[in-house]
Amino acid sequence: MTRISMKVDGAAYADDVEPRMLLVHFLRERLGKTGTVVGCDTSNCGACTVHLGPAGGQPRSVKSCNVLAVQADGQEVTTVEGLAHDGELHPVQQAFHECHALQCGYCTPGMIMQSIDLLEENPKPSEEEIRTGLEGNLCRCTGYHNIIRAVQSASGQAVNPDTVEEPVS
Amino acid sequence: MTVTEDRPSTGPAPEIGSARARKEDQRLITGRTRWTDNIVLPGMLHVAMVRSPFAHARITRIETAEAKATPNVVAVLTGQDVKDEQGSLPNAWAITTDQVTPDHPSIAVDRVAFAGEIVAVVVARTAAEARDAAELVDVDYEELPAALDLREAAEADAEHGVLAHPDLGTNKSAFWQFDSEGAGTGGNVEDAIATARADGIVIEREFRQQRLIPAFMEPRSVVVDPTGEQLTMWSATQNPHILRFLLAAVLGMSESKIRVIAPDVGGGFGGKLQVTPEEFITFMAARRIGKPVKYTETRSESLMAAHHGRDQWQKLTLAATGDGTVTGLKVDLIADLGAYVALVGGGVPVLGAFMFNSIYKFPAYQFNCQTVLTNKTWTDAYRGAGRPEATFGIERMMDELAHELGVDPLEVRERNWITHEEFPFTTVAGLEYDSGNYEAATAKAKAIFGYDELRAEQRRRREAGDPVQLGIGVSTFTEMCGLAPSRVLGSLNYGAGGWESASIRMLATGKVEVVTGSSAHGQGHETAWSQIVADRLGVAFEDVEVLHGDTQIAPKGMDTYGSRSLVVGGEALVKAADKVIEKARPIAAHLLEASADDLEFAGGRFTVRGTDQGLAMADVALATFAAHNLPDGIEPTIDADATYDPVSFSFPHGTHLCAMEIDTETGGLTMRKYACVDDIGNIVNPLIVAGQVHGGLVQGIAQALWEEAVHDDAGTLVSASFVDYLVPTAADTISFDVAHTTSPSTTNSLGTKGVGEAGTIASTPAVVNAVVDALRPFGVDDVRMPCTPERVWKAIHARDGADTGGAPTVGDASPHFHEADTADPSTGSAQRRTASISQEDSQ
Repeated sequence: MTRISMKVDGAAYADDVEPRMLLVHFLRERLGKTGTVVGCDTSNCGACTVHLGPAGGQPRSVKSCNVLAVQADGQEVTTVEGLAHDGELHPVQQAFHECHALQCGYCTPGMIMQSIDLLEENPKPSEEEIRTGLEGNLCRCTGYHNIIRAVQSASGQAVNPDTVEEPVS
Repeated sequence: MTVTEDRPSTGPAPEIGSARARKEDQRLITGRTRWTDNIVLPGMLHVAMVRSPFAHARITRIETAEAKATPNVVAVLTGQDVKDEQGSLPNAWAITTDQVTPDHPSIAVDRVAFAGEIVAVVVARTAAEARDAAELVDVDYEELPAALDLREAAEADAEHGVLAHPDLGTNKSAFWQFDSEGAGTGGNVEDAIATARADGIVIEREFRQQRLIPAFMEPRSVVVDPTGEQLTMWSATQNPHILRFLLAAVLGMSESKIRVIAPDVGGGFGGKLQVTPEEFITFMAARRIGKPVKYTETRSESLMAAHHGRDQWQKLTLAATGDGTVTGLKVDLIADLGAYVALVGGGVPVLGAFMFNSIYKFPAYQFNCQTVLTNKTWTDAYRGAGRPEATFGIERMMDELAHELGVDPLEVRERNWITHEEFPFTTVAGLEYDSGNYEAATAKAKAIFGYDELRAEQRRRREAGDPVQLGIGVSTFTEMCGLAPSRVLGSLNYGAGGWESASIRMLATGKVEVVTGSSAHGQGHETAWSQIVADRLGVAFEDVEVLHGDTQIAPKGMDTYGSRSLVVGGEALVKAADKVIEKARPIAAHLLEASADDLEFAGGRFTVRGTDQGLAMADVALATFAAHNLPDGIEPTIDADATYDPVSFSFPHGTHLCAMEIDTETGGLTMRKYACVDDIGNIVNPLIVAGQVHGGLVQGIAQALWEEAVHDDAGTLVSASFVDYLVPTAADTISFDVAHTTSPSTTNSLGTKGVGEAGTIASTPAVVNAVVDALRPFGVDDVRMPCTPERVWKAIHARDGADTGGAPTVGDASPHFHEADTADPSTGSAQRRTASISQEDSQ
């Protein structure tokens, strides 16, 4: 067992973990942060994406199934549960809701965390840049169409239509 | 466009037709979710499965002592331990009375029939300890030959070839036929083919529907709690009610002792309609040990052991006159059931039997289906279930017919489709289509797509010999939704009915609780059902709470699959709401001191006709709750239940158009544009509908271009992770042009038709038709799915007689039907193989 401590969604935690324990399992099973989920064994799906960074530093998105809990020792983690403050949704959460960018919602925590990271790096991404930026996150329900719209909306850019009623060309 | 006829004419803006953002989003975007794997109970134990690495083998010894002796391991179970208890997993649909249905024990007892089958179960304090101990279970196998090739398996018998289950003496499970002459719905198909061979066109093709994996994002998970008098099961299932019934029936218990809860469920697409070994095993383990038990599968387990879909060989023969009027269609298909006949596995191809004739007026039709057992993962419903396979077959054939005739593929469709004046129309498969307008959907799709402009560009590129060729693919589809009229299901030997149930509880505060027997797992029922009830009862959208997915809260239901929830469950809701109004009417009349006959109900209020007197539904609800002043003999409740059995299927349709760019030097494929116009009848929530279409499209496109469950020569699934099973990413896909036309269904009061499967059913042939269309100048008339760059490149080069590696793809590419079968000059196959770019310009 190894002693680790980290800040997760603003609260400080300390625990003893097996060195093999994955960060996602630490979050889910030890801290009850079940908003973050596991979708695969090969770090393809991105459902477990969280933000990880040094205390006070710039966090980056990571697939928490691909990080050992001990690797996060001393760092700060933000999960989907830590995004809303005082009842106010994060703009990306709000955009996912308004643009119907989720159906079953299983990929959504990871998709939102990755979208935030993408916009942090590139505040006004083109559709192609959004698609490339979300390449590591699988969604089986939405066909990505409305996820693209949500990221466009959150970035304050023009949003693709979800349906067209008149010929567009 | 979505206003129902009898919607109140006054009151707030209608909810039906409004693009309401979903109620269920709040918990999903903030992580306040209740996935089954999130559930933790006191004393809960964890299960790990020991699975067979062999596709077919006899189990000669299982040594569990070391695993059992490991600290924190509570139990190890084998098939021998539970053989008197476990029974056989249920098959609910024997498609014929003589269907061969092998026993399917949850834990294999002495033989395994596919790689991934469970042979032992470890129960331990933590999931990690259970998995560690599973490694210590030592199983000796005597490997047996495995039946892996579908076509070979179909030919095998006790003397020749390999049997998936040697004791059965055959791999053939059931043969199912529909013949229009026999059914009295049309003519003799052999006569039609013979006539066309003499004077007309006969097209024969063989298509492969590859094996797919539903690949829902949430891995399956089940928790069983035996605490108390009931066993409570949480499961990531589409089917809590069916699951409860079958657990009780197989294990010999009363349903009343079992409660099944489907909490938040992360997608299904048919893949979670199965009643699974893992559910039975977890249930049996909890019952034996007396403690809560959880099992959550890994992704690899999910891909290898949760049921697969599709997997057919289709041989199609289409007869037509010289002007392209189809005179007959014959379908011979073999369908791979895998190792066992799954819950409705045998019935999936039968659902397709009614759809090969699609939107067309075929005078003669015959459908022959042989279901076949192999040593692969069992197959069952995957989004569309039989209908995508049928739609693919016929839409590919219509393109082939157009090519033979040298006309536009839409022209040949128009020549054969049912015109909008002809509804209701009884098809050659015996179904009555209630409404539709194929002309309108096609005209709109062409306009949105820019069809004529893209055809012109295609011509220019062909003439210029552009290395990047443009292909345009067409799919005009229909489907049968709203499963299903119980009598029809009975006539098909299905084991259950197709009704749906709804309850409406009028709370004293004026709020409304709606209980539905359908079980959402991403479809947005909480939102759409609130909209329907809000309109019907004139209450606020926010005041409606929808409850579902728990057999104790929603005791009756037939669950969610087959685009049935709105068409059947929504209609049940309407009927329950109407009963609420009728129960409230005499109470309102009493309170208003008026005659019930003089009351009108609109906008949530009862009013006395010709006066300004009125009473809100909320006031009636409160007065009923108090029950101080009710008419004599009136029950003090205005709550109501309804169970609705649909009178007919519903028939959404649409026109889908796809433009693919193909780099003929590399075989690389790029989707340029995809436009679709779906007619799904009246729309309750356009936002939800668009989402269903988008997601459906990508699943269908994925079948055309990327996904395939691939097994090696030993029967091991090699695409058993998301590294190898290519669920598309955002970077693989494009944004779509989605639109609608509206021909309301005439068989339900909401006029809805269902949308869950439309995109998947329509898109696969649209994409493949586009790929083939791009490659016509190279003499290509088929590319096997998934249309990978390698297959495309080989198809392009097959004509040159180049060494293309000898893979089956080459033979499939051009022409892949037996030479003898296409030698008839009327098929024009010789000409087709030598078609040049300039000949193609006539299109």
